[in-house]
Amino acid sequence: MGKEIAILGVGMHPWGKWGRNFVEYGLHAARAAIADAGVRWQDIRFVSGAATMRCGYPGYVAGATFAQALGWQGAEVNTSYAACASGSQALAAARAKILAGECEVALVVGADTTPKGFLAPAKGYRPDDPDWVRFLIGITNPSYFALYARRRMDLYGDTEDDFGLVKIKNSEHGFTNPNARYRKKFTMDDVHASPMVAHPLRLLQICATSDGGAALVVSSLDYARRIGRGDAVRVAAVSTVTPTFANEVLEMPDIATDSAAAAAIETHRFRASLPVKAYEEAGISPRDVDVAEVYDLSSALELDWMEDLQLCGRGEAASLVRAGETRIGGRIPVNPSGGLACFGEAVPAQALAQVCELTWQLRGACAERQVEGARVGVTANQGLFGHGSSVIVTR
Amino acid sequence: MTAKPRVAALEGWFTLDEHEPRLLGSRCRQCGTCYFPKQTTYCRNPACDSTEFDEVPLSRRGRVWSCTNAEYKPPEPYVAAEPFEPFTIAAVELEAERMVVLGQVVTGVSVTDLRVGQEMELVLDTLYGDAESDKLIWKWKPAG
Ligand SMILES: [Zn+2]
Repeated sequence: MGKEIAILGVGMHPWGKWGRNFVEYGLHAARAAIADAGVRWQDIRFVSGAATMRCGYPGYVAGATFAQALGWQGAEVNTSYAACASGSQALAAARAKILAGECEVALVVGADTTPKGFLAPAKGYRPDDPDWVRFLIGITNPSYFALYARRRMDLYGDTEDDFGLVKIKNSEHGFTNPNARYRKKFTMDDVHASPMVAHPLRLLQICATSDGGAALVVSSLDYARRIGRGDAVRVAAVSTVTPTFANEVLEMPDIATDSAAAAAIETHRFRASLPVKAYEEAGISPRDVDVAEVYDLSSALELDWMEDLQLCGRGEAASLVRAGETRIGGRIPVNPSGGLACFGEAVPAQALAQVCELTWQLRGACAERQVEGARVGVTANQGLFGHGSSVIVTR
Repeated sequence: MTAKPRVAALEGWFTLDEHEPRLLGSRCRQCGTCYFPKQTTYCRNPACDSTEFDEVPLSRRGRVWSCTNAEYKPPEPYVAAEPFEPFTIAAVELEAERMVVLGQVVTGVSVTDLRVGQEMELVLDTLYGDAESDKLIWKWKPAG
């Protein structure tokens, strides 16, 4: 239990396509988190920002950018970039600082503005860049998610409608979430009417990119007790492990996996390895989990995550969805926030948004989307180039 | 009209043998790990400290790990025909190399024609053509 820190405050800027500067979203989320925490901005001695790569230099130094926007007050800053796991890495930096006794209260912020139009790859013949090569042969991001989805169909008997059920469930969860971008209850007819993008995935089942911001104020347990918040929700574990060679799953943007031909080399699944360290660190088992926020870049990927988090056995996720067990009120609710299906992805903010949702869930503050009696929550996400994270929140 | 020259869209990535093409990877001299595309600087097996590699042709046959298709035109540098023709994609597992390699599937094979575990073989096909030449790429085809 020596590795816990308190979550004193959480805040978000609603997700959308607002077209404004990312600093505005981060500032909004940070001020909301600071107000929620009931601390003074001047009391925060460490500002940990999640970087964005598409908003120029201020995005590369996000920690300093947010600290300046809130008013320089001498706090130390950090900026983390780890693709989709940037927010978790920024949280991990704040947690390490607190657990090392170097600061008592820290602010963690991530925010993003989506680019206008497509990000065109650099021109020219660039065979050394795997991203250029895969686009040359026509492999896009949805191709990878579709490959995972189709493999489930052939291996486990999942159907296209199972993936549709995930989308429908998430749309119902997110319907009343004030921070969600898409608030519409979809039906199976809507799913069927959506154009096929990459078999078996339809447009409605692939997540969009969004603007948004999320922030946390975290502190030592000692500090939390001193300000009368000893009962605050806690971060019990943060896992940001990298893959182990040989990674058996074809990952974006590669056109081939590692080879496991060498003696004594076994294949590993990166996604499944992420929560292992988190469960160990928190000293809990997957059976203790009450609620999960997972990275549904596609509806089908949510099923992979359920199995990677060991919430059910390999190949069993679709049967849980069919039985309604992953809905709010079911045995193990998944993505009560509505998930990426209702938010779209705001890369540096998304992992923090998952922690915000779990904090609200564990406080019992989620109104219509409340998972009753939730005491243990887990997040999971994965990005490019060996980045991913899993965070466990308890109360 | 004379036929345009046929050249590799990615130079050195595969042999230009029209009947039995092979992907060209590399293999670590010390531990036997294979790489595609070629790795020639340092072995990525964490237990291996080798800097020596041999170029090796990879297995021509493998089994479908999974498959999908592209219903919409991919962005550049993909060069699409007008009008765009959807194409099938397969990730194929090579048994000896214990690795999975992506590629397009030859025209005429739909994603619903394929199954995980089905045997595939490597062929050469045109990725796109310009005024000077046809650019060739590897594609997967159900093994005959
Ligand atoms: Zn080696």
